[in-house]
Amino acid sequence: MTISRRDVLIGGAGLAAGATLAAPSIAQTANIEKGATLRVLRPTKFVDPDQAIFDENTAAFTKATGVQVRVDYASWEDLRPQTAVTANTGAGPDVVVGWADDPHIFADKLVDLTGIAEDLGKKYGGWYPIAEKYGKKDKTNTWISIPMGGSGGPAVYRESWVKEAGFDKFPTDHAGFLDLCRKLKANGHPAGFALGNAVGDGNAFCNWLVWSHGGYMVDENNKVAINSKETIEALKYAKALYETFIPGTLSWLDISNNKALTAGEVGLTQNGVSLYFSIKNSKDEKIAAIGKDLNHAQMPVGAGVGRATETALVINAMVFKHTKFPNAAKEYLRFMMEKEQYDKWLTGCFGYWTQPLKAYANSKVWESDPKILVYRDTWERALWSGYKGAITEAAGTVNAEYVMVQMVASVCAGQATPEQAAAEAERRAKRYYRT
Amino acid sequence: MTIAAEARAGHQFSQGWLTRLFDYKPFLVFICLLPALGLLLVFLSYPLGLGVWLAFTDTRIGRAGYFIGFENFQSLWHDPVFITSVWNTLLYTGVATIGKFGLGLWLALLLNNHLPFKSLLRALILVPWIVPTVLSAIAFWWIYDPQFSIISYILVDVLGWRETYIDFLGAPWPARFSLIAANIWRGIPFVAISLLAGLQTISPALYEAAMLDGANAWQRFRHVTLPMLMPILAVVLTFSVLFTFTDFQLVYAITRGGPINSTHLMATLAFQRGIPGGQLGEGAAIAVAMIPFLVMATLFSYFALARRKWQQGEDND
Repeated sequence: MTISRRDVLIGGAGLAAGATLAAPSIAQTANIEKGATLRVLRPTKFVDPDQAIFDENTAAFTKATGVQVRVDYASWEDLRPQTAVTANTGAGPDVVVGWADDPHIFADKLVDLTGIAEDLGKKYGGWYPIAEKYGKKDKTNTWISIPMGGSGGPAVYRESWVKEAGFDKFPTDHAGFLDLCRKLKANGHPAGFALGNAVGDGNAFCNWLVWSHGGYMVDENNKVAINSKETIEALKYAKALYETFIPGTLSWLDISNNKALTAGEVGLTQNGVSLYFSIKNSKDEKIAAIGKDLNHAQMPVGAGVGRATETALVINAMVFKHTKFPNAAKEYLRFMMEKEQYDKWLTGCFGYWTQPLKAYANSKVWESDPKILVYRDTWERALWSGYKGAITEAAGTVNAEYVMVQMVASVCAGQATPEQAAAEAERRAKRYYRT
Repeated sequence: MTIAAEARAGHQFSQGWLTRLFDYKPFLVFICLLPALGLLLVFLSYPLGLGVWLAFTDTRIGRAGYFIGFENFQSLWHDPVFITSVWNTLLYTGVATIGKFGLGLWLALLLNNHLPFKSLLRALILVPWIVPTVLSAIAFWWIYDPQFSIISYILVDVLGWRETYIDFLGAPWPARFSLIAANIWRGIPFVAISLLAGLQTISPALYEAAMLDGANAWQRFRHVTLPMLMPILAVVLTFSVLFTFTDFQLVYAITRGGPINSTHLMATLAFQRGIPGGQLGEGAAIAVAMIPFLVMATLFSYFALARRKWQQGEDND
């Protein structure tokens, strides 16, 4: 590795010196085009330091290589349409840090990133298998994108209330979890999981529910397989679990569980690490006190996959073929994933965007607060939407149509039996998985 | 020399031709309309045409589509989610319009009286309409929240009339009516102010004449106010139906079409399938499916409600 001495430069102290020293080396070894400039599009920040550190790292890249980079931040709902317009018109940003599925949808319009992906993998302890799933074109070894980070959604709970319910440790199996939820409800601190059309939280809960019981939307050959006895088991379990929820979860949107947990209305939900930090850092002393009582745990494992499962919100960077400066774009992505930059970003965001590269599991951020440790292994638990099939448009549409969420919700609401709900989900998924 | 002379003659001819052309009135009118026509074509006709074209293709967000005829519509016809959204849209439009007109007309009649602070009151009435829809939607979202609803709080914690918080949005029918109520609240000002304007054009002499004939308040309303108000009522009704039928923001912000698709309107479903779902063709087909309903509503307002017989009684042709 030409830039292996960077490994020595840990943290911010050596960064300035490192950047100036690195200047000739990066530009020379990577063949960066003369006079290159880049435009980057990424989702807007969700935690405050995200944008500031991303901009700092980008400025460091400019300093090291002389390549001017403009970063535009799109709101989360606009990112997908903007990526699509970029892909379809062949104009606009050179690099898009898009949502997980998008590189797979625009695969034939993307620059091959195999070189830098393999370099990064070798250097940083390898990619997590799910990161390879997100980065490589389906059933090939060609990398079309660099997954940059993923926000996980394990259980968030009030320690004292779980203890009061008689659990010293957070349950790791379905039966224990149901028992905990029943006792929480009896004590007046019920659990609450979003069952409304909540694209993040609703899918996170329902995917976990079905996956952990061994159900899945499609099989390895993209054949719809949701109508299975495992799914029906999951739905029966969901019905029992729903009885223990706080009323009104059928209309919960993504923000509802945050509001309820912050107000002390619920004792258990699922969320990204951002909720913990917003409570802990609250200026309201009452809310900040809740932070001391919060903890996180992985959701119960179940017999389904043989390990814990989770839905992660992943950002996946791609370089479009229409760029005039593909080498500069590749080097930019490599640079952002290198330790000096990436670790600072990971740490600054309190582990909100967790690492797809294994070496960053040793980052200081995971020692900074034992309560966030569970987020470290997000990529070990995560599965993709459309599991076990390929990451395709159909998978994205089925997700956006809330097929999984509504299957669970209709059973919980008593509108359908588990069998009916599974059959309906199968019908709806088949509308998009047609060949 | 001859060549120069010919050129000059040609020049004179063309000048005369141009002048005459610009003196020709229809041509001048056409030229002056061109900029407006251009704007209409580029910003209205083209997107509309493109939308209609997309509805007949299988375009996805990642790739251009092929013409597939009516396949999108056939597939939608067999899709219960779409059928529900059509019923929801009709119910939403129907009930909300009746509510808006009932309450709006009542409000207009009240405001037409001589009240203290008349101008201030009239200005206040407009507030729901002035507030950006998304803001009022978020306010209603809090009002209907299962945990933090102010209505539930008052009923349960202050007055003690109920034991549990109301689940406004958790079941299909309460959710539908909650949304309709929010839409009515937002729509009343437009109806009330428009009808108030209409009321003020009715000559007091007509009421005096009716009173001399011994008409009571109801008869004056039925035989003077209502017929005189009919033309403006037809216009306001048309607009109101169009706005309500195509409503998007309230539903999208409050329920996203949930619970379990029971409040999806055609507009929200079209967006969900087209943009987050990536099925541009299918989304466009849903949007295009709204057109016949809109055309019918418009025709009904113009041809039925604007008929003179309706306005001025059976025998007055």
